[in-house]
Amino acid sequence: MSKPTAPHEIVERALALSRTDGCVVIAEEESSANLRWAGNALTTNGVTRGRSVTVVATADGGRGTASGVVSRAGVTEADLEPLVRAAEEAARTAGPAEDAQPLVSGVAASADFTAPAAETSAEVFGRFAPALGECFAAARAGGRKLYGFAHHGVVSTYLGSSTGLRLRHDQPTGTLELNAKTDEHSAWTGRATRDFGDVDPAELDAELTRRLAWSRRRVELPAGRYETLLPPTAVADLMIYQLWSSGARDAAEGRSVFSTPGGGTRIGEKLAALPLTLRSDPHHPGLEAAPFVVSHASGDDASVFDNGLPLTATDWLREGRLSRLLTTRHSAELTGLPLTPPVDNLILDGGGERSLEEMVAASGHDGPALLLTCLWYIREVDPATLLLTGLTRDGVYLVEGGEVTAAVNNFRFNESPVSLLGRATEAGRTERTLPREWSDYFTRAAMPALRVPDFNMSSVSQGV
Amino acid sequence: MPRSIDETFAALPLRQLADAALARARALGADHADFRCERVRSADWRLRDARLSGSSDTTDAGYAVRVVHGGAWGFAAGVDMTMEAAARVAAQAVSMAKLSAQVIRAAGSGEWVELAEEPGHGERTWISAYDVNPFDVPDEEKTGLLREWSERLLAAEGVAHVDAALLAVQENKFYADTAGTTTTQQRVRVHPQLTAVAVAESGEFDSMRTVAPPVGRGWEYLTGTGWDWNAELAVLPGLLAEKMAAPSVEAGAYDLVVDPTNLWLTIHESVGHATELDRALGYEAAYAGTSFATFDQLGTLRYGSPAMNVTGDRTAEHGLATIGYDDEGVETQSWDLVRDGVLVGYQLDRRIAKLTGLGRSNGCAFADSPAHVPVQRMANVSLRPAPDGPSTEELIAGVERGVYVVGDRSWSIDMQRYNFQFTGQRFFRIENGRLAGQLRDVAYQATTTDFWGSMEAVGGPQTYLLAGAFNCGKAQPGQVAAVSHGCPSALFRGVNILNTTQEAGR
Repeated sequence: MSKPTAPHEIVERALALSRTDGCVVIAEEESSANLRWAGNALTTNGVTRGRSVTVVATADGGRGTASGVVSRAGVTEADLEPLVRAAEEAARTAGPAEDAQPLVSGVAASADFTAPAAETSAEVFGRFAPALGECFAAARAGGRKLYGFAHHGVVSTYLGSSTGLRLRHDQPTGTLELNAKTDEHSAWTGRATRDFGDVDPAELDAELTRRLAWSRRRVELPAGRYETLLPPTAVADLMIYQLWSSGARDAAEGRSVFSTPGGGTRIGEKLAALPLTLRSDPHHPGLEAAPFVVSHASGDDASVFDNGLPLTATDWLREGRLSRLLTTRHSAELTGLPLTPPVDNLILDGGGERSLEEMVAASGHDGPALLLTCLWYIREVDPATLLLTGLTRDGVYLVEGGEVTAAVNNFRFNESPVSLLGRATEAGRTERTLPREWSDYFTRAAMPALRVPDFNMSSVSQGV
Repeated sequence: MPRSIDETFAALPLRQLADAALARARALGADHADFRCERVRSADWRLRDARLSGSSDTTDAGYAVRVVHGGAWGFAAGVDMTMEAAARVAAQAVSMAKLSAQVIRAAGSGEWVELAEEPGHGERTWISAYDVNPFDVPDEEKTGLLREWSERLLAAEGVAHVDAALLAVQENKFYADTAGTTTTQQRVRVHPQLTAVAVAESGEFDSMRTVAPPVGRGWEYLTGTGWDWNAELAVLPGLLAEKMAAPSVEAGAYDLVVDPTNLWLTIHESVGHATELDRALGYEAAYAGTSFATFDQLGTLRYGSPAMNVTGDRTAEHGLATIGYDDEGVETQSWDLVRDGVLVGYQLDRRIAKLTGLGRSNGCAFADSPAHVPVQRMANVSLRPAPDGPSTEELIAGVERGVYVVGDRSWSIDMQRYNFQFTGQRFFRIENGRLAGQLRDVAYQATTTDFWGSMEAVGGPQTYLLAGAFNCGKAQPGQVAAVSHGCPSALFRGVNILNTTQEAGR
């Protein structure tokens, strides 16, 4: 059994083994630590280490260029040659790749390409875990139960190609979700973090205790359209789904909410009444993401041929107008649109300066308004309107006269984020937030709260 | 066809790694330890308008050690296949258990871990039922068949685009524990899917997808065993054209005849997840949610009408959740969850079984990857047909004004499994006991117990279909599982239908 090899050496050796016309190798070293708890007690926990290698082999043939993509976890030096040969075999038998492009070249090498992988361990919770235990004790004494999950992971990505790319990126990702429950009420809060140094469970528990206190009075409201304050986490979940649905090719083919009748896309169209800008930027402070394309498989909005392509700041909406749709080099050519691959963060900014608390203070003066905590189980109902359904969760509050006066039952909603952008009447201050529904996939977001005058609560949910 | 454990998996130093890990865990004082080495190969091939748009072939491999030490769980995972590394991972798991115990003590909690008894099973091997391993079929043959099917659909009038995809998984697990059970298992599953898209000059568009379910079968599923692909592809364009021209539904209460191609997902969400006892006890409260079917209601909760009989089953042939032994060394079983409309059972793992005094686990502990801890995962949860029950046509004949629902599409349910909303692939109007063309913009919305309480009749075995999904999500860190749900067609009275266009405010 051979010993593991440093990730940059894996990249070099795999490239040296390549016999096809082109080759991209992505080596990823992953480490993670997590704690999970329920009812004021830890339930599961774990630390993991992993390594995966993806080889993209390309082969020029008489009918075009083919690609073969094979990924393996736990790769050692002895596994490399079979892995490269498997990718080459896949390329030989796959037939021409629709998205074939010349492999990316001419990108300056990362200075730390040969450095060891970054890693995390259970020590990341060194201060957090005891503080969490104290929260459990306080919650027990206070008659409430805490549920939640803390996760920290680091992925070091090494990308090399036969065209000379040598790129490296370290991505730390941390999330904390804390849920407090009494027999009849539930409150939630979450944080995204890079290192858990900025997370204080006692502070979060205090926030939840305040929210549970809002629930002492309970009001039952029927389904209907309500003025609603969507907090940043809820806005993030809706905007992320919109981003995922903004493929240029689907739009140009007439099968997306961003299509226009008779062909073409809605780029340039004003979607939001407010001057909202929705953007991604791999260098956004606190939300840093990989500054180059890392693609393990081709698909509608990704291409393995684009691996290593530099990523830059992209405005998806600018001042309320649809500005860009997701493209690969292939779909950019097909649609005639600029090249704008996805970036792993998302920021919505409307220039607002009010906090959510200040927006609450300005609400409920001309009639009741609802303050939501978060959204859950969001699924697409109709791609033509991007109608999504889902539920409110862990706290819907009634705002009257600028104050939270009661907790309200949960609702099922049917709403389109595209439509919401057009109807929103206020955007608050943009702040970093954890998207609750999509945090398994997407954690780097900064959003404002939004005021929507007529949010569609389709039916009442009994769930608490 | 005789099947055997993949030689390349069997050739790994499984026993040696397990011995090294279990010995270290024992030496460090673990009361229980289990070792799991797993290799999961997942591949997919995607075509867009009959051209290959992407493919991937990913293998996740590694191992995990889980311990009960000092009354707390500890878990760690690794990838280096050396005895030293396996022992080191075992030590990490013990360290994690000590950290947990520290937090439990700080919290003043008495929730120490104990496991339900399970007899040692010695050395066991189990392989799922399939004829041809999809990974033994050349890629050209796979993409060639998808291309031919796509071209057939593209040639039909009104079809503007076709998306085709095939997912295939081969899963190998080796498990060994300190109680003396050692299992080596292999499962294969496939999910082919084609979607035809129509785009009208007006800008309207819609799609229709095949309703063939994913199955625990091999490549033979695409060549005629278990599904008639030629028949389904032949009718798809015509059904899509009819859907494009169909009227928008008028919202209101309708009687529904729900085809098993749609009902499986409603069962999954409103019965399958709701009868997971870890959920009902709150262990998923912060993420997947809890359940209205709380433990105190076992044996008394009126879940649905007397026509409702639901089983949890890990043994059904070709089921996606079918296996011989779970990730705690428990031999798998079949048992009742709902009998004559009353809640009578739950899905269990060993810790939950002990905690609730329910005796033996029914074998529902699984992890989706070597890097993940086993959690209580869903069995094949299936609605039983009536032994001499009616055909789908006979169920439809009993409806004066209603809708026949075929194929799944959108799904969402609340965190206690009360309020749900589902859409489908095809909605047919029923007038005076007959189908009267399709409807568009349909979603049905209900509360779980109201919906199952309104079930007047279930179809006979001739209407039964084992459907399911590859991607059931649960737990933190998030895990996916494949699960099947068998069901007949069924008749529901007075279900709320929404018009999705109106819901969108148009």
